Amino acid sequence: MLKIQNLSFDVQNDGQNKEIIRDITLTVPDGKLFVITGPNGGGKSTLAKLIAGIEKPTGGQIVFNGTDITDMSITERARLGIGFAFQQPVRFKGIRVLDLIRIASGRDLKIAEVCAYLSQVGLCAAEYVNREVNSSLSGGELKRIEIATVLARGSLLTVFDEPEAGIDLWSFKSLIEVFQKQRREIKNRSILIISHQERILNIADEIIVLKDGELVTKGSKDEVLPTLAGTAMAVQECRGERC
Amino acid sequence: MDLNKVQKFLLKEIADLTDTPTGAYNIRSDSQSIGRQSTENVDIVPKENVSGLDIFIKPNSKGETVHIPVVMTKSGLKEEVYNDFFIGDNAEVEIVAGCGIDNCGAHDSQHDGIHRFYVGKNAKVKYVEKHFGSGEGAGRRILNPVTEVYLEENSSCEMEMVQIKGVDDTKRTTAAELKAGASMVVRERLMTHQKQQAYSVYTVSLNGKGANADIVSRGVARGNSYQKLDLKIVGNAECKGHTECDSIIMDSGRILAVPALEANNVDASLVHEAAIGKIAGEQLTKLMTLGLTEAEAEEQIINGFLR
Repeated sequence: MLKIQNLSFDVQNDGQNKEIIRDITLTVPDGKLFVITGPNGGGKSTLAKLIAGIEKPTGGQIVFNGTDITDMSITERARLGIGFAFQQPVRFKGIRVLDLIRIASGRDLKIAEVCAYLSQVGLCAAEYVNREVNSSLSGGELKRIEIATVLARGSLLTVFDEPEAGIDLWSFKSLIEVFQKQRREIKNRSILIISHQERILNIADEIIVLKDGELVTKGSKDEVLPTLAGTAMAVQECRGERC
Repeated sequence: MDLNKVQKFLLKEIADLTDTPTGAYNIRSDSQSIGRQSTENVDIVPKENVSGLDIFIKPNSKGETVHIPVVMTKSGLKEEVYNDFFIGDNAEVEIVAGCGIDNCGAHDSQHDGIHRFYVGKNAKVKYVEKHFGSGEGAGRRILNPVTEVYLEENSSCEMEMVQIKGVDDTKRTTAAELKAGASMVVRERLMTHQKQQAYSVYTVSLNGKGANADIVSRGVARGNSYQKLDLKIVGNAECKGHTECDSIIMDSGRILAVPALEANNVDASLVHEAAIGKIAGEQLTKLMTLGLTEAEAEEQIINGFLR
């Protein structure tokens, strides 16, 4: 269980204090899928980074399974069971897909096991397993590999920061299937997704709306989704060339 | 062949050898040949006037391997070794060289290997050279390899040149001349640390129609080390050449990258690239979210980069 209490994050900009996250209190129980939506610039990605330890809060507390992790490093949080899928996946010269998934799993996985994770994100494993995670991969391919590393990590809580960003229509469908599969197998694990996509909001247990750094709405999908329909906070997937 | 612990350690590092290699070989330790074998298609003959070997690979022979590793375990040794490879037309051969110096003493140990490759028409050579230094002595470990490659029509040479670690001072000089249709690929990897210095100079001349070269050097300079990479391709005919220096600097490491091109023919098509930078913070962050410490993440990134 993740408990966020009175969390704040301020930055200094041109000598002015700017509040990015304002006094957020939130609990993500085990076994639940939460989706955070809200307008651009509302603080969603920052909140995700604060949970993973990539940014450090200026106020408040984060408790994960009874342990205060507020001052813990990224590594310590990862080892306690917090996973993070980047909005913009990182490229590495020389590190292969195989290496990255092995690092993620913390084990010397067999090739067949690595391939199973790649298949889950719709990649033909044989073509990708030995490829370097470098600029020869497209944005969509990288994104799927990013999701595969997080699946291999098997964290107790996984935070996905805009998993649909940069992904094509075909992989978007496959992405939803990944979440639905995770959803079925979730048991005591939990998932927190930052997303504007209606189809992702539609598989949530709970939806949280962040605006101007504040938590403005929180409730079950059935309560919250109808209030967001048709807004930029619940957009439909790209269906045509104008998207 | 009886090998002591240090010899075994060095051979494993530079040539991945744990036993006598199959195929042709010469193993040199502290300026002596401690094991040599020629085969039906590969003849290894010691030179008479200078230290070194003439290695003849018969025309049309396929799948041959030659191992010629050098290890030095005594402090204060200095040697100059001339190895010439005569690769017959249509032959295909893999050559594994490399030098490991363990210097536990106060005096410098130095190995200067001068390798010349005469590659016949349509022949294919794969050459792997790894350099490694170990030992806690104040004496430096110095390696100054000189490599010359002469490629006849439609032949090819693929070179993997690696300096793993522990080499205090190196001046690497590589020159190649390619005739029509010949091809050369170089993948150099240099890691320097502490106060080490590495200079690597390539001059690759594309002299015949359709000759092509791809010369890529990746380096990591840590500690207070310094690297100078000077990679030049000269296009004297209708040809294609690409040279690239790609480097990571850490701590107080310094690198000067000088990729250079010279076109002396209007149909020469040459490209160079160079990049130097520290490890990207987002790369460290990503690996830390997978449970690695910052130091472990750095090692993974460097190991991948120098693969």
